[in-house]
Amino acid sequence: MILYLLCIVLFSIGLYGVLRKRNLVKIIIGLGIIEYSMNLFFVLLGYRFQGRAPIDAQDQAILTMVDPLPQALVLTSIVIGLGVMALVISIAIRIYEKYGTFDITKIKKLKG
Amino acid sequence: MTTDSKTGMTLIVKTITRLTVGLILLFGIYIVLHGHLSPGGGFAGGVIVALSFVHLMLAFGKDVAVSKISKNLASNLESLGAIMFLSIALLGFLGGSFFLNILSKGTPFKLFSAGTIPLSNISIGIKVGLGLFAIFLALVLLEKAKKEK
Amino acid sequence: MKTVNIIPLFVIIPLTAAFLIPLLGRLVKRFSEFAVFLSCAMLLYLSLHARILLNSLTDKILVYKVGGWVPPFGIAMVLDGLSSFMLVTVNLVTFCVAVYSLKYMNKYTDKPKFFTLFSLMLCGMNGVIITGDLFNLFVFLEIASIASYALVAFGTEAEELEASFKYAIMGSVASSFIFIGIAFLYGFTSTLNMADMARVLSFKQNAYLVHFVGVLFLMGFGLKAALVPFHAWLPDAHPSAPASISAMLSGILIKTLGIYALARVFFNIIGSTQNYLSVLMFLGALSMLVGVILALSQWDLKRLLAYHSISQIGYVVLGIGLGTPLGILGGLFHLFNHSVFKSLLFLNSGSIDYALDTRDLRETGGLAKVMPITAKTNLIASMSIAGIPPFNGFFSKLLIIFACVQKGYFGYASCAIIASILTLASFTKVQKFLFSGELKDKFKEVKEAPWSMVISTVCLAIVCLLGGLLLLTSLQSFMGDAADVLLKGTAYAKDVIEAALR
Repeated sequence: MILYLLCIVLFSIGLYGVLRKRNLVKIIIGLGIIEYSMNLFFVLLGYRFQGRAPIDAQDQAILTMVDPLPQALVLTSIVIGLGVMALVISIAIRIYEKYGTFDITKIKKLKG
Repeated sequence: MTTDSKTGMTLIVKTITRLTVGLILLFGIYIVLHGHLSPGGGFAGGVIVALSFVHLMLAFGKDVAVSKISKNLASNLESLGAIMFLSIALLGFLGGSFFLNILSKGTPFKLFSAGTIPLSNISIGIKVGLGLFAIFLALVLLEKAKKEK
Repeated sequence: MKTVNIIPLFVIIPLTAAFLIPLLGRLVKRFSEFAVFLSCAMLLYLSLHARILLNSLTDKILVYKVGGWVPPFGIAMVLDGLSSFMLVTVNLVTFCVAVYSLKYMNKYTDKPKFFTLFSLMLCGMNGVIITGDLFNLFVFLEIASIASYALVAFGTEAEELEASFKYAIMGSVASSFIFIGIAFLYGFTSTLNMADMARVLSFKQNAYLVHFVGVLFLMGFGLKAALVPFHAWLPDAHPSAPASISAMLSGILIKTLGIYALARVFFNIIGSTQNYLSVLMFLGALSMLVGVILALSQWDLKRLLAYHSISQIGYVVLGIGLGTPLGILGGLFHLFNHSVFKSLLFLNSGSIDYALDTRDLRETGGLAKVMPITAKTNLIASMSIAGIPPFNGFFSKLLIIFACVQKGYFGYASCAIIASILTLASFTKVQKFLFSGELKDKFKEVKEAPWSMVISTVCLAIVCLLGGLLLLTSLQSFMGDAADVLLKGTAYAKDVIEAALR
């Protein structure tokens, strides 16, 4: 149980980073922490007590395996996270090019 | 590969890189090909393949890596990988259903088994490996274009 | 080819286009335009065909088993009344926008990249609509979202990048909430198929966790749909994109990723209780009023339209949240109407921007003389959005207000009427400052937009004009079936499982 709670704590740390930090790079790091925490949470959901890795080998009974489905799903989610991260980083670099700063309080051409 | 000390990192890094980069590439290819037998598969192997190119770029500078695979080639091959994956999925229509595994499954735990899954792994490996490399290259080129301004 | 096989084509066609364009777009001249036009035309035809096919079935549901795996184990694709309704809406608007973009995108460089992202976004939206698997829905939702983040930043100017960054961060956080919700549901039910999940959930007693998941989904999908407490990204992101993308984003993306997914999860999986419906109604009414009040003071044409999107989304959510047959019918009808007239308004703003290079209402005026067709189509769209009879917006708003009164919610009904009047005021301002008055000297040389742009706006205007006819009894099954799916609630599970075993 404590592990799940730690995941939630990690999620909150990431959310804090996204909401409270002023530096674009720190916001991106916060986003990354959010993604890791939820991936970790999903993998932990598939854990069974004293389970082993879900690999089918030649002479092993298909017993006491952890749930393989969350692992496959988390891999998909990691790929998605990678795509978002690459896009956001390139946008941040471009923003730095235009504004010359990473501080979001100085990046405000849009308003209303 | 050159040992010209003007670009890239020091001689030590370059020597180690020259020794290891081929092994990393081979390991990535191994992971891709054995995706249906052991942990790993197209994505994990593709990432390792991409890392070998990134490794090359970090040690020898951008130009050496780009001379191996240019940005256009990388993005074209990436699209090709995606098209390959899609056409393998479309092949299933021959058997009556999208994504149907129509090839013979073979005996389990052999390299040539599991029907279309190894082929899908290979196409995903191409897509992910070159896609990641293209992303890294794009970020580096962006940085460089900014410095020239 | 069996009839069921048309279902995966909604994903395959845009995906093929998206991957062929970067490969051949640089080599073959005009390949990207050709591929996008062809794929959108095929999808429009297929969606209408699917609608007709569905009408001929008795139980109005088709299930496609991807890879031949039976649903609880494999991914299923489900075509039912609601899906086919959304498919027609999405592909109709996309076709018009694609025709419009062929010429409009000359303003920007690198058309192949644009059309790649455009096709990917379309693939994501069609996938979200067609899938019957919760995690698959998340994947397609992310495909559509990532493509839209990139498209908002397509101009790579300072404002566009800033808007895109904001949109990307908020969108990713929303996706995380959705992902955690899916993780909880998977942990609770040990299945990902939507129908099977609904079946398992109906056996569980005292499922307090489900309420927590409901809140997570409300935050996630609400942020994608830009309901009011979560709307901050929309007025920045939608105006910053190229006009054709604004039309896609405001017209269909927020509805597919937000409203459709929200309705599907709340009504068909979790099962709608009065608590959820009250929350939805309250958020709908709030969005309606806040959106329109914020829109009143805007001078940037596209920003004004973006605020109106928030307000009109409120109508849809209010209608669906009522939970009565009439309310859901009205909400879905308004969803269709709004996607038509809002995309038309954004395309018109694009035409004006294309011709004048400005979209500040204080600088324009008297354009009715130089751009007569745009003036007329914009008049039709403005009257539709303001709810003037006989345009389509009038009927859907009327249905929603009737449904409110029928259920005794006079407060919400008056909110809807007030928002409608304020919308009318706001669009009177738009028409006045754009098309009447003196034509400024520097715009004397302005010409009407190119013909391909005009054709698509005229098509959408005709749909606006004739949209009310969808309420006729002979055509009513188009929306009636969609409303039936939501009304059935968790009985959806039984239908899907039966259809899958057929």
